[in-house]
Amino acid sequence: MLDPTPGRVPLLRAAAVSKSFPGTKALDAVDFTLGAGEVHALLGENGAGKSTLVKCLTGAYRRDGGEIRLNGTSIDPRDTLHAQRLGIGTVYQEVNLLSNLTIAENLFLGHQPTWLGFVSTRRMNRDARALTAQYGLDIDVTRSLGSYSVAVQQIVAIARAVRLSGKVLILDEPTASLDAHEVDVLFEAIRGLKERGLGIVFISHFLDQVFRISDRITVLRNGRLVGAEDTASLDRLRLVNMMLGRQLEEETRQTGKTGMRYDAEPRLRFTGFGRRGRIAPFDLPIQRGEVVGVAGLLGSGRTETAEVLFGVYPHDSGTATKENRALSLGSTRAAVAAGFGFLPEDRKTDGIIGELSIRENIALALQARIGWARPLSIKRQRIMADDFIRRLDIRTSDAEKPVGQLSGGNQQKVMLARWLATNPEFLILDEPTRGIDVGAHAEIIRLIEELCEDGMSLLVISSELEELVVYSHRVIVVRDRAHVAELVGEDITTETIVNAIARTPVRTSEAAEATI
Amino acid sequence: MNARTLPLLATVLIFIIAYALCYLQFPAILSTRVVGNLLTDNAFLGIVAVGMTFVIISGGIDLSVGSVIAFSGVFIAVMLRDTGLGPWPVFALLLVITTLFGAAMGATIHFLQMPPFIVTLAGMFLARGMAYVLSIDSVPINDETISVLQRLYWLMPGKGRLTLIGGLMLVVVVVGIIVAQRTRFGTNVYALGGGAQTARLMGVPVARTTMQVYAVSGFLAGLSGIVFAIYTSAGYSLATVGVELDAIAAVVIGGTLLTGGSGFVAGTLIGVLIMGLIQTYIIFDGTLSSWWTKIAIGMLLLGFIVLQKALVWAGGRRTEAAAGKG
Ligand SMILES: Nc1ncnc2c1ncn2[C@@H]1O[C@H](COP(=O)(O)OP(=O)(O)OP(=O)(O)O)[C@@H](O)[C@H]1O
Ligand SMILES: [Mg+2]
Repeated sequence: MLDPTPGRVPLLRAAAVSKSFPGTKALDAVDFTLGAGEVHALLGENGAGKSTLVKCLTGAYRRDGGEIRLNGTSIDPRDTLHAQRLGIGTVYQEVNLLSNLTIAENLFLGHQPTWLGFVSTRRMNRDARALTAQYGLDIDVTRSLGSYSVAVQQIVAIARAVRLSGKVLILDEPTASLDAHEVDVLFEAIRGLKERGLGIVFISHFLDQVFRISDRITVLRNGRLVGAEDTASLDRLRLVNMMLGRQLEEETRQTGKTGMRYDAEPRLRFTGFGRRGRIAPFDLPIQRGEVVGVAGLLGSGRTETAEVLFGVYPHDSGTATKENRALSLGSTRAAVAAGFGFLPEDRKTDGIIGELSIRENIALALQARIGWARPLSIKRQRIMADDFIRRLDIRTSDAEKPVGQLSGGNQQKVMLARWLATNPEFLILDEPTRGIDVGAHAEIIRLIEELCEDGMSLLVISSELEELVVYSHRVIVVRDRAHVAELVGEDITTETIVNAIARTPVRTSEAAEATI
Repeated sequence: MNARTLPLLATVLIFIIAYALCYLQFPAILSTRVVGNLLTDNAFLGIVAVGMTFVIISGGIDLSVGSVIAFSGVFIAVMLRDTGLGPWPVFALLLVITTLFGAAMGATIHFLQMPPFIVTLAGMFLARGMAYVLSIDSVPINDETISVLQRLYWLMPGKGRLTLIGGLMLVVVVVGIIVAQRTRFGTNVYALGGGAQTARLMGVPVARTTMQVYAVSGFLAGLSGIVFAIYTSAGYSLATVGVELDAIAAVVIGGTLLTGGSGFVAGTLIGVLIMGLIQTYIIFDGTLSSWWTKIAIGMLLLGFIVLQKALVWAGGRRTEAAAGKG
């Protein structure tokens, strides 16, 4: 067993931790050592066991075997509250706190300041205001959490965990719904904690962030420890190979795709399409086999564009035509009937049905489209499910496993499979690669390219500009709830996109926008 | 405006309008005498509805309370008749029993992962059965202390009487408000209703809180049973059938969402008062059959749920328009 600082007792040390679920060995004798004042990245593909390790360390799961030592003393957290009392604060991957409570209550739940046994609401709200201000949030802490955007909720979750972490802070994919500025704020906070001697566990699929913030990296694969090394001694390619256990060739093309012909009549044409308060009217023609990327900051109107197109919020201006014929849109039903598909950004609340199996989840949208009168045979469903499990590399023991038991990233692949199964003519993907590991990332990009070769039209929203450049024929840039620029073919590079996004640099705080 | 308090405000508004309408027809309805009676007659319902509010906010339901009230009445009457115990030890014993009964239901719900509907339905049959076992007939209570308690009141200005039991209900409501809004336990109840899984990961002691919630409901059902025994001077195993449904109606009319996670104890008091007001109106009118009470409450309940949905929807749209996402 390797020890980074021989002779010194590590802050947190897990030895030979194991955890099994029916049909899966999620953790197989994993060792993990965290030093004080260290930011330790925990990496691995979807389903590698990262979240499971975190849950075993923090008492959310009881481990099957192994030992956990905090400052040299053996601990056995009974539940998450116990772990919090021991000084371990955690942001779990799938938890967005409680939307029915106020921001202040969420921040202090279980640790409210009391006076003679009564919660002192005034003090709690005052402390909460001070705390959120530290993260650059200017919000009303007495309003319910659910009335704020996902990004604000995520920052609140982080603020809560940081406050609770006397010794160890664990962040399981905390940056998934944050924009660059918010990530900076978070990293600033992490550095501050590091100086105070805390140990920080950081899980992310964004390798840039991992290299920026971490001191040490532990890699898991299929529930086993692959290795732990100092970040400085690792390069990107070797790290990816450790995670995958195979070689991955790096993508080289630097500009968007060319060769799309715009003289033909487009498959779909949206004219003056928009909705007050969500997205200003825009024109958008889309060709067969075209990939249109949408870039912009979080909250700029990217998701709103998708939602208005798909009829989640009906448009109140403009028209749509399909192959020159008028198309009546305005509800999700109409959109599905017109051959649209939409993979939303917030997959946690939109769509995954945890109790149903992978097979049933995949069959759902297709069944809805062909009508319930003609049920798909179980056999056909199974063939379809197995096909997608293979194509998207969904890590599961079999197609009958309830989706709720898959790891976060694999649940997203199931959602994607569900829409692909309906074989839509126009597919909208909102952040399709968020929370998905490098291997699957490359596969999803390949899949997008394959789909458009088959003639599907796609609209892809993504915060990862490199990725947009790779698969887009055209990129729409969104700012302040309006489409402000369009880049085509060779003009698409990460720099041109960044320039278009940043043309007017008046952005103080994304969060403040949410409170208007 | 805050989406959380919207349903409560709607309840208050309905109450004021309803009272104003009644007042136009029967000005006497605003006298403290009528108000005093309103509180006395609905004291047992108000107390049990406060317990129900906690249960519903936590995302559960308690169908056993009506039977527990009946059991309490029979228990008090039989104990006073057959044993040498005075009323105070009997009350104390009863409250211990009903509290443990509630806690046991909570434990079953949590540890066996059973739906509250089923567990408390079983509790309802069990408590009613226990009442039958104690006595099938109505047992009169002839206890000096209890008749003194029955006659105790405070004379309000305007000759209205705030009886002991009416006052007790108000005390329970106030304590309920403080517990719900000002204690960690209260916040934990809301947290549970917001999502048990999330609450668990945030460190809420889910097992303990679930047991406490049903224990509170059991305790208040026992207290309500005492009040009912004082009010009627008898214990009868067939009494208070369906009171659990009245309590649920009061809670929902009071603006608490049946899905859990949102609601106010104060709203429940107003829900109880609205139901009592309808009853009073029908008595004042004199020509209407008392079944109109049920019909009016039914319509009100339906109308209120629709209104709540509409308000929540409108409020939701407004906050959503303000807090754009993605
Ligand atoms: N509650 C559960 N029941 C059954 N199996 C589970 C459960 N939770 C996790 N698993 C399985 O354990 C394995 C590890 O999952 P885990 O969530 O730890 O992965 P992860 O590394 O966090 O992946 P991701 O990057 O996708 O979040 C997966 O194969 C998953 O299917
Ligand atoms: Mg995970």
